[in-house]
Amino acid sequence: MGVITSFKRNFSDLFKKLFNKQNARIGIYGPPNAGKTTLANRILRDWTGDAMGSVSNVAHETRRARRREGVTINTNGSSITLDIIDTPGLATKIDFHEFMEQGMDEAESKRRAKEATEGVIEAVKWLENLDGVILVMDATEDPFTQVNVTVIGNMEARDLPLLIVANKVDLPEASPSTIRDAFPQHPMVSISALEGKNIETFYEELAKRFG
Amino acid sequence: MIAMQGFQMDLVSEHRLSQMSPVEKVRFIIDEVKSGKILVLEKGLSPEEEASLIEMTMTLIEPDGFSGIEMESYPSEMDTSFLGKILKKNTLKTRLTVIGPADQLKTLKKDRNMISALISTNK
Repeated sequence: MGVITSFKRNFSDLFKKLFNKQNARIGIYGPPNAGKTTLANRILRDWTGDAMGSVSNVAHETRRARRREGVTINTNGSSITLDIIDTPGLATKIDFHEFMEQGMDEAESKRRAKEATEGVIEAVKWLENLDGVILVMDATEDPFTQVNVTVIGNMEARDLPLLIVANKVDLPEASPSTIRDAFPQHPMVSISALEGKNIETFYEELAKRFG
Repeated sequence: MIAMQGFQMDLVSEHRLSQMSPVEKVRFIIDEVKSGKILVLEKGLSPEEEASLIEMTMTLIEPDGFSGIEMESYPSEMDTSFLGKILKKNTLKTRLTVIGPADQLKTLKKDRNMISALISTNK
């Protein structure tokens, strides 16, 4: 590490301690099953050696928002420290029958549906307490979902930075260009959070947008 | 005489909604949708109101009852008018929005300028 870089980092840490500056709070948002927790796990494993939460193919696996404070990301000679909030998948409807179709019994499905509704409320409330959003979209799905439109609208209304992530580009049917065409006014990066494809570009964009 | 069957669709003007506070708008929409109506809002809701509507919807979901809403709005646009630029405040222009009960309204396809939906008369 260069002397100047080291000096800059130490000065930045000192400045934060002196003035109690908070890290930027960045929320990971998106519809259920877009890969939000997979991305959160990828970020934490790469920079802290830890993980955020469990993932599964069943929607609404994450039903409580999870926050990890002080995640430092070093990329291209610069460094940013963020508080990362992994939020439950946003939805406008939750039907417990859909969990039963995944093999859960009725009681378990109803409990999961109830927790999922609470998770959505928590995710909506977090929107008011963030400094920026990483909006994760499944690149194999139609990007014009109401969840995406609402999250983007809220960030635009608050004039807060947004980074769109076209996830699951490891799948042959992925079409990140559809997402880029849908929301051309915002920066987008195509990745596979699962396989780590293009993850360095993601970190560079992250530093650019939220640094 | 054969009784006509179907669903009720209300087209709500911008003027009608603009007379309501954000809380009243959300309450109005929820009450109408829970009673089985499909609403078409001429100018839609602000992003904050959409988030509030999602939040309130979640509090009302019940097993074997109300399962939520289907809501589709065109992405909002930036107000690039001279006045909008000068005011520099609230420069988002909201657009037409369709809202209905999740078990009756299903979006088939949506893009920036087209919403295609299926309305079911069977619950």
